Amino acid sequence: MGYNCVVLIKQVPDTKRITGDVMNEDGTVKRSALPAIFNPEDLNALEMALQIKDKFGGHITVITMGLPAASEILRGSLFRGADEAILLTDRRCAASDTLATSYILSCAVKRINYDIVLCGRQAIDGDTAQVGPQLAEKLGVKQITYVEELTELSGKTITARRNIGNGWQQVKADLPVLLTVTGDANEPRVAAAKKMMKYKNALAPVEVEQKIKAENPDADEMDIKELAEHKCGKLIEQGLLMKQWDLDAIEADLSWCGMNGSPTKVHRIQSVVLAAKETKQIEPSENGISDMVHELIEDKIIA
Amino acid sequence: MVGQAPPYDIRYTNDEIRNMIEVNRKGEVWVFAEQHNEQIEDTPIELMSKARHLADTLGVKLAAVVLGNGVKDLATKLIQYGADKVYVAEHPLLRTYQTNSYAKVIYDLIHKHEPQIVLYGATIAGRDLAPRIASAIKAGLTADCTDLQIGDHTTVKDKKIHKNLLFQIRPAFGGNIVATIINHDRWPQMATVREGVMPMPEPDVKRKGEIIEEQVTLAQSDLPLEILEEHKRPKKVDLKAARIIVAGGAGVGSKDNFKLVWDLANCLGGAPAATRAAVDLGFIDHDHQVGQTGTTVRPSLYIAVGISGAIQHQAGMSQSQKIVAINNDPDAPIFGVAHYKIIGDLNEVVPMMIKSIKEKSIKD
Repeated sequence: MGYNCVVLIKQVPDTKRITGDVMNEDGTVKRSALPAIFNPEDLNALEMALQIKDKFGGHITVITMGLPAASEILRGSLFRGADEAILLTDRRCAASDTLATSYILSCAVKRINYDIVLCGRQAIDGDTAQVGPQLAEKLGVKQITYVEELTELSGKTITARRNIGNGWQQVKADLPVLLTVTGDANEPRVAAAKKMMKYKNALAPVEVEQKIKAENPDADEMDIKELAEHKCGKLIEQGLLMKQWDLDAIEADLSWCGMNGSPTKVHRIQSVVLAAKETKQIEPSENGISDMVHELIEDKIIA
Repeated sequence: MVGQAPPYDIRYTNDEIRNMIEVNRKGEVWVFAEQHNEQIEDTPIELMSKARHLADTLGVKLAAVVLGNGVKDLATKLIQYGADKVYVAEHPLLRTYQTNSYAKVIYDLIHKHEPQIVLYGATIAGRDLAPRIASAIKAGLTADCTDLQIGDHTTVKDKKIHKNLLFQIRPAFGGNIVATIINHDRWPQMATVREGVMPMPEPDVKRKGEIIEEQVTLAQSDLPLEILEEHKRPKKVDLKAARIIVAGGAGVGSKDNFKLVWDLANCLGGAPAATRAAVDLGFIDHDHQVGQTGTTVRPSLYIAVGISGAIQHQAGMSQSQKIVAINNDPDAPIFGVAHYKIIGDLNEVVPMMIKSIKEKSIKD
């Protein structure tokens, strides 16, 4: 039979690799200097979907909401074995908090025939872990969060092991279901060379337009539109045009999107500066260390 | 050439819009008192003293909300920790935590009582439950707060001043920034709060409060999951309770060499700990991990051995009273938060420290 899986993925700045090169003089981070990557746990979610497909067959759709540049991780998903990639991009999505994001994603996912929706547990830029459960609520499906292992899939039932902090539990549910997958669940596969050759030229319409603009700097808008449509037509024939939806395409109610749809607002942002307190340098010698230990005892830090 | 998506009626219905609750200034401050096997988790208890302060600042009552079966006795304890009121929702189907059943009951209670603030511990259950409720009620939710305050916010567009909002303070962007989040127009104001960032309050056995039993209607269909088996392992270490912590990083080099960390911790009567890198390298078990994805600690003494001091790690330990850092790299960021900085080879420095501590303790 096979299962239809939808995997939600996000392109994120690589916050885990902050080195001296991306730090400003005042100790804050140059965000634009960070490379954009496939959110790590979303790769685990994709891997789980791929394993389901390997074993039972079925269809995998990946969706990302983001800037046109996020097409990169859609291609990354095609390289690994996803069947279909959808770029959800619209300026009006900007400033969406988790509630608005989950609403927008729900508008897209509801249009796809699915048995299982998979998300990474959380994204490394926000670490909120909220979009998965919020999306499940909006879709009206049950959620299994913190999935560490897909134990069994049989007919319309899924059994999964989830992390509960101080242990684990094995839960069973009827499909459809939304899973959030942790980094412990599996070892994501790398891109397959054949698929990479096949899909390296896959583009989303917005990328086609950007490319044609860059190649024809003097062309007017009408020409660019025409050239882009021509190119898109060719890509469709080759099966290389990725789907692109905006908020109109998914008929999202704009009052629930972007800034309007976001109850949480940022009041203030402060950069964490690695502030030097009063630091005393201790010589790595017996005397130096003995003096320090003495001081710690005097201060009643060591009993 | 934006594609046409297949049709689907997505708009919120009027019923759904009515799900939202009005901004109100009289609403209580609530803490969801997560319990498992009739034991309240540490995080909601840690939250009580902060929530008490918020309620006092706003001049409203602090209520704890406890769900389960046979959990009425926990109410007295919650009052001792600072609650004015405890809402107790008991039902056989609430015995074990499940997302949908718990979300449904709390959703109904929020509608009935219209609290202005609802706080949850950022435990795994809290992070599973709170977003489900927030989505149903169309309210804002801020994850993993490390501090909460009451303050005023001026909206940029109309310069309107919104008084006495909940400031939801959390690290973001991998711990590189601290963001203060508010929600001024869609209530309740909800947040999850990280484990171990607020000190545990002392119970006051003389405190009196009101216990309110809530009627719950649930059907088997509210429990869509079947829990087949559950394994709990007791935490082997309680880093939060440790007065002295000796933590090792990737710089320690190997699992064998990590013995140095254990030895130093043992001679100080402290607890051994580690960075995420050291845990990932298999030097020590995850229970010992300090940092953004591990435990947040605030001991009297924190000795960092071979730790470079990624900001994610600093987030978990920078509130320690005294910090000693040992590293052979003079530019290691950990030195930025250290009170005592030792630039040297940990393989020499740690044994010298052990020796010195042993000598002093014999002398005293």
